[in-house]
Amino acid sequence: MSLAISALEYISSVKNGSITAEEFVAKTLDQISKHEDRVHAFISINERALDQAREIDKKIKSKEKVGAFYGMPISIKDNISIKGGKTTCASKMLSDYVSPYDATVVSKLKSQDAILIGKANLDEFAMGVATEFSAFGPSKNPWNTDYVPGGSSGGSAASVSALECMASLGSDTGGSVRNPASFCSVVGLKPTYGLVSRYGLVSYANSIEQIGPIARKVEDVAFLLNHIAGKDQNDNTTVDNQSQDYLAGIDSGIEGKKIGIIKEMSRGAGLDKNVESAFWRAVDSFEKLGAKVEEMSLDMVEYTVATYYVLTTAEAGSNLSRYDNIRYGYPMDLEGYEFKSYISKARRNFGPEVTRRMIIGGFVPSAGFAGKYLLKALKVKSKLKRQVLEAFKKFDFLISPTVPILPFRFGEKIDDPLAMYMADINTVTANLTGIPAISVPFEIHNGLPIGVQIHANSLQEKQLLQAAHALQGTTSIPGAPL
Amino acid sequence: MIGLEIHCQLTNLQSKLFCSCKANYREFEPNTNICPVCMGLPGSLPRLNQKAVEKASMIAMALNCKTPQRLGFFRKNYFYPDLPKNFQITQLNMYGPTSIGEQGKVSIEGKEIRIRRIQLEEDPGRLIYEGASERTQITLVDYNRAGTPLVEIVTEPDFDNPRQVRIFLNILSDLLENLGVSDPSLEGAMRADANVSIEGGLRVEVKNIGSFHDLEKSIHFELTRQQSLAERGIAIAQETRHWDDKRKITISSRSKEEDEDYRYILEGDIPWVIMDSESIEKWKKNMPESISSKKERYITKHAIPAQVADVLSSDKYYSDLFEQAHTESNAKEVANMITTDLMGLVDTREKREQSRLTPKHLADLIEIINSGKITRSSAKNALQEIVKTGKSVSEIVSQTGLAKISDERELVKIISDVMAQEPTAVQQARENPQTINYLVGKVMQKTKGTADPTLTLKILKERISS
Ligand SMILES: [Zn+2]
Repeated sequence: MSLAISALEYISSVKNGSITAEEFVAKTLDQISKHEDRVHAFISINERALDQAREIDKKIKSKEKVGAFYGMPISIKDNISIKGGKTTCASKMLSDYVSPYDATVVSKLKSQDAILIGKANLDEFAMGVATEFSAFGPSKNPWNTDYVPGGSSGGSAASVSALECMASLGSDTGGSVRNPASFCSVVGLKPTYGLVSRYGLVSYANSIEQIGPIARKVEDVAFLLNHIAGKDQNDNTTVDNQSQDYLAGIDSGIEGKKIGIIKEMSRGAGLDKNVESAFWRAVDSFEKLGAKVEEMSLDMVEYTVATYYVLTTAEAGSNLSRYDNIRYGYPMDLEGYEFKSYISKARRNFGPEVTRRMIIGGFVPSAGFAGKYLLKALKVKSKLKRQVLEAFKKFDFLISPTVPILPFRFGEKIDDPLAMYMADINTVTANLTGIPAISVPFEIHNGLPIGVQIHANSLQEKQLLQAAHALQGTTSIPGAPL
Repeated sequence: MIGLEIHCQLTNLQSKLFCSCKANYREFEPNTNICPVCMGLPGSLPRLNQKAVEKASMIAMALNCKTPQRLGFFRKNYFYPDLPKNFQITQLNMYGPTSIGEQGKVSIEGKEIRIRRIQLEEDPGRLIYEGASERTQITLVDYNRAGTPLVEIVTEPDFDNPRQVRIFLNILSDLLENLGVSDPSLEGAMRADANVSIEGGLRVEVKNIGSFHDLEKSIHFELTRQQSLAERGIAIAQETRHWDDKRKITISSRSKEEDEDYRYILEGDIPWVIMDSESIEKWKKNMPESISSKKERYITKHAIPAQVADVLSSDKYYSDLFEQAHTESNAKEVANMITTDLMGLVDTREKREQSRLTPKHLADLIEIINSGKITRSSAKNALQEIVKTGKSVSEIVSQTGLAKISDERELVKIISDVMAQEPTAVQQARENPQTINYLVGKVMQKTKGTADPTLTLKILKERISS
């Protein structure tokens, strides 16, 4: 039995009795204990996973109704709440916080008999592109553990890549699913804003972020999306997707489809030469699949990183202000403090990147500066959205490299925030405009993965997954060489 | 000039503004009426209570406000222990009119008070201070109230004096009660801050006012304070002052609240609420009849005197009773019974809650008076008994001997006794027939109001003149 099978293969194998959930979960736990020292994809492991697998096997044996996941082990980014367990957001601020409720996506997976194998590592409060900012230590790239796995859902992508789970749920605020998916050579989808409930996802920049599935195969991502998407009464921003089946017809191909290459993301000074040449080979592949490909321009892209950091820090400043260590948090004695001094003392437990963004976030919406920063950023956002909507009148898809650079070594960018933030330039557009985007593994260069990003118009996930599936069919990439 | 900022809880709603915890938090042990949403736990999201939007919009319409095309919610960011998220979800008109209402007006005694804006927001938790001395003092937080739907009403500085403020607040309180959105008599359900300034002076905000009675006092104090400063040529500083409940004075607040920058941002978790004309028309139709329209109807349709109609219409408890008890023929009598006989029996919240009186009792009482079986003053006694026990009218009349004494022989005997006991009054009545009412009163007293008044007078007159 191989751990490298796809989610769909797993389901049919369990159904036909050739493997049991217990066997698969046990082997997964073995894999975790074998590789966690080097990969550190997890913050915590579900101690009851094997018991849960046995219960599901029992249900299968006695021909009871079994949920669609048949005990499939899934990892969950540690900023998504699971009842009764710690949800730390990789922060010392929440090192002792136990969630009393399940996120909507979590209750959906539980009800379908998925096994939530563990909580995946991330950059503290999902702020970062390398998982270097986890308060509990970085995750490593399974392709080369000297290199970062990307971020902020680095633990999620690494766990999927290292066969420590079948699939994962991450969150994507500016590329946090797609960036590590690209760096770890797995598939990562950022759904349309509102397609997946955020209830239970700890907010970073709530107006643009989404929970997104990560798996080794495009069809597995579609399968996960089938089970997490849809209207949720606990999240007023969710939309009704009419229970669309994203898996059906996923192999329909993209013949005759029109694809636009976003010039501003696919050429130029900031783009690594190796990433660039790989990307243009992907363009050839799309053409061979029968799509019509042409270059197009979104000139607002130049301003998107600045816009992204203004908007996200402003929202983060507000979202994270609740962490005052009064109602929950970490052990600290309240005695002897006046309120304001307690607050500033308690909040010193944020890490350096979160602190940096809190400071900016206090500044950009402040009286006297909001007009110069926050309101201007909102204007760019709506102009970008108009440009993108206009582009989708002409194109079915817009493509680019997922990340303009190759995975980098630890410490390489951590002291240069501007260089680090520029790694987001190709991914933030999907968040700022709300449209879906997916990263598909395309090549390995000198042992380092390169992914290709495809965007579609809002709520066109079905088409988007068909295009990703078609591209996946043109590649043959081995598993991570752990 | 005086302006008001009034906070009013929508106490009659089932649930809080963004979760399904109870809006009526008062009956709970501390920190038991809470959930992940109103506690602002990591990952929780607000879920807008549509009923709160509807009720708040009714308030805005009743105060003649303009309704915006769409509603937006904003975050007011500041750190305070009673705020679970360290921001309050509220509304803002800084980027165009998106609060539940704006530019309204209310007329009081011919003067127009303009409403600047009305916004829907969440109430914070409650801080309770314990401990004898400052050194041992501790602050307890109860989050049961956090997230209670609150409507903030901001007026323009249109009041000339504390009296107008009182009249306005009474009108507002009656209006909220009449709309069925709030019970202003509940502790903390309606709170107000005032801003006070005099000609040529800067604006002073007065906060921390516990009751409407104190509000009037604090405004009066503040006006006097500012005038005396002005007379001595001292400039009045723009500041926030706190009302000292014990000393009944305002004190400059040391905290720099006015300098606080709330860094407002849009609350992205609550999508814009489109205020389509269809819903608004529907809400308008569902709005209870206004107090002024009720009053008008009572006067024109039932010929009830203006003063009685006024009392009846402005109190929802009375007008509800009236609406259910009256018929076309007894309306005037029901109105009179409520505003004269019943009023003292049910003038407080507690008395109303304990009262067993139903509208049917009123209708039955009027009927039995009209049929001549009991006197009006007996009816008053019966009413007392009904409020206490809820017994039916017929039961009370038969059990307690309230039936009218119209038996002439029995009355003659009682009247003879009274005359024997009151020789001076009899003498006086002979000299001045108007004083005979004193003797009628004595007879009534003796019979606990059951004597037929017409017959009593007739007999008395005969006996005195003979
Ligand atoms: Zn609640």
